[in-house]
Amino acid sequence: MRMTRLKRNFVALTAALTLGALPALAQGTLRVGMTASDIPLTTGQTDQGGEGMRFIGYTVYDALINWDLTSADKPSVLIPGLAEEWSVDPEDQTKWTFKIREGVKFHDGSEFDAEAAVWNFDKLLDNESEQYDPRQSAQGKSRIPAVTSYTAIDKYTLEITTGTPDATLPYQLAWILMSSPAQWEALEKDWEQVAASPSGTGPWMLESFVPRERAELVPFADHWDATRVPKLEKMVLIPLPEPNARSAALLSGQVDWIEAPAPDVIPALEGNGFEIVSNTLPHNWTWHLSRVEGSPWNDINVRKAANLAIDREGMKTLLGGLMVPAEGFLPPGSAWFGTPDFEVKYDPEAAKALLAESGHGPDNPLQVKAMISPSGSGQMLPLPMNEYVQQNLAEVGIEVEFIVVEWNTMINIWRAGAADESSQGAHSINFTYFIQDPFTGLIRHLSCDLIAPNGTNWGHYCDPEMEELFQKIRTTFDPEEQTKVLQETHEKFVNEALFLMVTHDVAPRAMSPKVKGFVQAQNWYQNFGTVTMED
Amino acid sequence: MLGYLFRRLVYVIPVGLGVSLICFLLVHIAPGDPLVAVMPIDATAEQEAEMRAEYGFDKPLPVQFGIWLGNALQGDLGKSIATGRPVAREVGRAVGNTLLLAAAASLIGFPLGLLFGFMAGYLNNTVWDRLVTAVAIGGVSTPNYWLGMVLVIIFSVTLGWLPSMGAGPGGSSDWSWDWAHMKHLVLPAITLAVVPMGIVMRTTRALVADILDQDFVQALVAKGMTRRGVLAHVARNAAPTALSVIGLQLGYLLGGSILIETVFNWPGSGYLLSVAILQRDLPMLQGTILVLAMFFVALNLLVDLAQSFIDPRIKRA
Repeated sequence: MRMTRLKRNFVALTAALTLGALPALAQGTLRVGMTASDIPLTTGQTDQGGEGMRFIGYTVYDALINWDLTSADKPSVLIPGLAEEWSVDPEDQTKWTFKIREGVKFHDGSEFDAEAAVWNFDKLLDNESEQYDPRQSAQGKSRIPAVTSYTAIDKYTLEITTGTPDATLPYQLAWILMSSPAQWEALEKDWEQVAASPSGTGPWMLESFVPRERAELVPFADHWDATRVPKLEKMVLIPLPEPNARSAALLSGQVDWIEAPAPDVIPALEGNGFEIVSNTLPHNWTWHLSRVEGSPWNDINVRKAANLAIDREGMKTLLGGLMVPAEGFLPPGSAWFGTPDFEVKYDPEAAKALLAESGHGPDNPLQVKAMISPSGSGQMLPLPMNEYVQQNLAEVGIEVEFIVVEWNTMINIWRAGAADESSQGAHSINFTYFIQDPFTGLIRHLSCDLIAPNGTNWGHYCDPEMEELFQKIRTTFDPEEQTKVLQETHEKFVNEALFLMVTHDVAPRAMSPKVKGFVQAQNWYQNFGTVTMED
Repeated sequence: MLGYLFRRLVYVIPVGLGVSLICFLLVHIAPGDPLVAVMPIDATAEQEAEMRAEYGFDKPLPVQFGIWLGNALQGDLGKSIATGRPVAREVGRAVGNTLLLAAAASLIGFPLGLLFGFMAGYLNNTVWDRLVTAVAIGGVSTPNYWLGMVLVIIFSVTLGWLPSMGAGPGGSSDWSWDWAHMKHLVLPAITLAVVPMGIVMRTTRALVADILDQDFVQALVAKGMTRRGVLAHVARNAAPTALSVIGLQLGYLLGGSILIETVFNWPGSGYLLSVAILQRDLPMLQGTILVLAMFFVALNLLVDLAQSFIDPRIKRA
């Protein structure tokens, strides 16, 4: 039946009014200037560290267990992701059962289930499997040291077995991102092709990317988590590793958001109406102390004195306010901070008194060698910050000689350990650490079995009491009880001044006033679902 | 001429081999681990060894060089450690962008350098000469990355006339000859042109002033040759040296643009090199340096041939 013109006009008018009354589902394009020099690996397990996971990891993909990124006011906690719930077998604490979320689809339309999870573990851990990908394995394997086997019990039940009881497994699994087996099959089982057309279950779909130039992400409207479904039409990621280029791009309106603006550009950005957003980041800037025989840091008085010698408020001014002065190894406010007896603060007189007890002072200064790098991922501004520390320490009677090495070289030296020749007799190494979970945050630095080169305990620290605490962390499965053990562990970190604890980064980012709705979680990863662009 | 061409082509073989060896070794002896790009920072020693074997870095250096050179001769520069993508494809794209930038910079720098240099040499010891000399010295002495940043502050940030980054709208490098793309070329091309322009200006000025003083020019003037005729003789005599300088500067434009491409985020070979250095991406570094070095060798060959065409005395030398 043909409609009359009047009817057609009426229908069109009604449709227009109805559509106009609906809330806008997609609002604008957000262009982000990343610090990365390339688009992070797109196949699932990303490279480029925390930024890779932030922009390509937790956007395109999900893990079995995710981080809660909805709040700016409290440290993030783990929440159900592709697994709705999980539990450990009380009879055999090496066996974990994960209830897989039903009805979750990959971007290609295939369903995520327990078999897909097993397939993903194989892609990282089983080099005999067809889908084994050395590049993803390099990024993911070391994140799940506890996992020894995994099996799909039924379509929605996954069982994971660990070598020994390990209550940190949920934190480990939050690193592992699930890519689509169907997409890999469809693309001739070729990861290079998958890289160009990846498929995850995340709230964003990678529409296109040009290496080193840009990646374009569009919303996946069917994502299961309503808090992460994007409101934007598109998010464009642009690698801009040079800080001045990033700032210029923001100031000239070519991007709307930049990561890590240089501190000296911030007043100019603010003066031009751009907003600087920052929040506590689980990341610290420390001197990791050598505990090999003969190291001056074996003396607790010296360690405490150094921690009391640092004027952290002065350093905060140096950094334009973009730091959180350390009060411990973990940021103040962390659920695992506890109540240490030793107060990390600026007290040069107390520092001098402690040094005097150990026979050092202005007339007999202690000589230490410190290894530093002029730059590096997450290293903040290492040269001026280290010179500031050097000056502070000199004021109480600790003379510092720097050994400056290039960042990539320093990574190798860090892996080799304090006793290795490559450390050149350095008594400390200036390294920044991701401290978001118990293993990467605490255990890996001080565990006896991870003494370099077997692991990341650069300083060769080994203490039976600490070992016992680490073991308790791994075997305490009740979250509240585990938090108490973590607090106890952190108290020991601080009370014995095991590091020179200086500052925490605040992950500053600058954005155009058009960017609305961003909630900066206290986490390395962020939720871009709430962001909109104002016209 | 054919014999000369053949000899010059034969010389390219040992030069190419030497360049390949140096490219390979320089990258290997640089500090740092080539696996940094693919390894998580806290990878274990066992994992590192596994990866080393996977990428063939556990083999002796001569074996690695043999494999690399053999593949390179077949056009295979390997796969990037950082991205897994074929190096030849990546380098090809990047070199294409750099050639575009270098061509734009050449179009600005060389004609202006020649014109003003010639003018200054002809008007030796006049105000014009001193002005051109001052501009030339300024151009040669100004750090070009600094100049780039100043241009960005003026024309991108303050005036908002020109973009400060990328090779096209939204960071795209799919080039097309429209203003939306061409405006991305303006600032990096001007920045890149300044140093070669200064050098060509100074060289041409000195050459022209010197030739004008020579007896044969005086004789031509005395014989009553027109000014245009004299200048044509001067130009022909100055051309081989000027061409040689331009050839060297073309090499600079191709390989020396790392800082400028970084400042402007221009997706060329300089930027690719800086990314490869940051990531310690050995195959990408080796491939990019090799391709650029070969371009340099080819340019030298072309300049030599052009010089000998203009001045036949050269091939007899």
